[in-house]
Amino acid sequence: MKKINKNSLNGFINYGIVIAAFVILQAAIGMGRLSNSLQSLLVPACCYIVMAVSLNLTVGILGELSLGHAGFMSLGAFSGIVASILLQDLVPMAPLRLALSMVVGAAAGALGGVIVGVPVLRLQGDYLAIVTLAFGQIIKNIIMVLYVGVDENGFHMAASSDHFNLSADGTAIIKGPMGAVGVTKLASFTAGFILILITLVVVQNLVNSRSGRAIMALRDNRIAAESVGINVTKYKLMAFVTSAALAGAAGTLFGLNYSSTVASKFDFNTSILVLVFVVLGGLGSIRGSIIAAALLYVLPELLRSFDIAEYRMLIYAIVLILVMLATNNEQFTALMGRVGGWFKAAGKRIAGWLKSLGRTESKGKGGTTNG
Amino acid sequence: MAEKKQFEKGKMVPVPSHSIIPERDLGTSPILECSHLGIDFGGLTAVNEFNITVGRTEIAGLIGPNGAGKTTVFNLLTKVYQPTRGTILLDGLDTHGKTPSQINRMGIARTFQNIRLFNNLSVEENVKIGLHNQEKYSMFSGILRLPKYWRQEKAAHERALELLSIFDMQDLADHQAGSLPYGAQRRLEIVRALATNPALLLLDEPAAGMNPSETAELMENIVKIRDTFQIAIMLIEHDMSLVMGICEGICVLNFGQIIAKGTAEEIQSNPTVIEAYLGKQQ
Repeated sequence: MKKINKNSLNGFINYGIVIAAFVILQAAIGMGRLSNSLQSLLVPACCYIVMAVSLNLTVGILGELSLGHAGFMSLGAFSGIVASILLQDLVPMAPLRLALSMVVGAAAGALGGVIVGVPVLRLQGDYLAIVTLAFGQIIKNIIMVLYVGVDENGFHMAASSDHFNLSADGTAIIKGPMGAVGVTKLASFTAGFILILITLVVVQNLVNSRSGRAIMALRDNRIAAESVGINVTKYKLMAFVTSAALAGAAGTLFGLNYSSTVASKFDFNTSILVLVFVVLGGLGSIRGSIIAAALLYVLPELLRSFDIAEYRMLIYAIVLILVMLATNNEQFTALMGRVGGWFKAAGKRIAGWLKSLGRTESKGKGGTTNG
Repeated sequence: MAEKKQFEKGKMVPVPSHSIIPERDLGTSPILECSHLGIDFGGLTAVNEFNITVGRTEIAGLIGPNGAGKTTVFNLLTKVYQPTRGTILLDGLDTHGKTPSQINRMGIARTFQNIRLFNNLSVEENVKIGLHNQEKYSMFSGILRLPKYWRQEKAAHERALELLSIFDMQDLADHQAGSLPYGAQRRLEIVRALATNPALLLLDEPAAGMNPSETAELMENIVKIRDTFQIAIMLIEHDMSLVMGICEGICVLNFGQIIAKGTAEEIQSNPTVIEAYLGKQQ
């Protein structure tokens, strides 16, 4: 019989890893040890970590395959950019404006999640994968032809440049295939770090609550879950919409990190990239998603700076295959378990040694008093 | 059904003997009434003219040869299948058009012939999922860990251990449900069903795969559950020692039709039942 560790401690370890990584990286930036190109990767890496953790909620914890997670990121990115520009005069404080834009982005992601989820999550089978795949493409193509701008007459939105009658001194926010241009960069590494922490709090606390247990029950056995009175559609939708909202917030952060963003950035490949992070990190493992997303996002960019730049995607593919082989190999996982065991044993031995040291000392003392 | 039954360990309440046969029911209204219940799959009539009444604290048995439609009856009662004909009244309320989860909230809990646990979760989590509808905090109090969350989670933890103690399983609380031995998995399924606070508990072959001493223990526990929780229990079982030992009313099904109803003695001497099980005497 197998024992299950209490997962509350696991959750705290995840917060610890994220906080430690943030402190170390901030210190490295402060000491000038981090190159500019690496520094520019920090915010997108944060976005991809949030994407991976949120997708894990759908794929690993709810057990439904979603192939359009980038679509929710796209919704969040463009609605967040529009919100940040509209709020420019109202909210002069940049961090607050970023936070408000992220709320708007999360709301847009959640709305997308509801629109996709309500009809599809009632069905059983792989329909969600098919529909989310299409959803990602649809969102991309809609934003490719969308024109959004603001001038003294108010807010303008059109589906082609002919109908887009913005006055000469108005600001165009989204210009069809050119995407969003002239964006004020509001994103910062600290904001990304806070977003990761919020994501972890939401996902981990959700999983360890009544609702999270219902979601995992649906994954393990839908018929049994129904037989104990769990509303299937409600909890599927809850997990899926939460996942989409977090992806929307990550999208806003991503969009506000660049002066221009095009819709084709959030295509099928991005969805699959995030899915790869989740699968390689381990389905249902939050820590796995964080580590896989951070390493596998930074790796190809790091390889770019070496002489082997031409082969970087080849090396990246090989690394992916190796990770996949390693995590599915019993001998490898057993080895990792043994390594963990060594550390534990070593820790115990050191603790025992310290204890015995203390004991001999006190014994020695006892001896002298007796004498 | 609305009032919550509190389980107190070791407190036995004497129960009047009820029966499937309505004339023998003592005063109280029955918990379950099925009339003219039936279902067709395409052209095949799987269950037909199924009429049964189960008393509030009765232990009823549903027996019959393989393929007689016993599990189909359970699936009809829990609305896994929507019946083609007939009505099911639970505590006087019509269950027409309800979903399986609504049926559970109305008061029917069940176990499955092929065990259906939440295999990746711990034993305690399995029971807590059974307690799902008795915990009342929202998703947001869960995420923000408001005081309501801590209060109700603590109560759920204690209640889960209390329920597990019926089968002396409280020490297994941290184990993975899928890794338990077969017998323990069957018992956990019963505990999970009980956690939903049912008025009627349906057990689908609870003794399958158990040895005689385990079966004897299970029989004691089924009676104990009925006495402590004051609920009706209906069970499908092939082990005749269990059925004849604890069921107050027995219903025999063959080819989707009820062929006999009555007490253990009546069933044992019924020629139609003997014929269904052993074939015609030459």
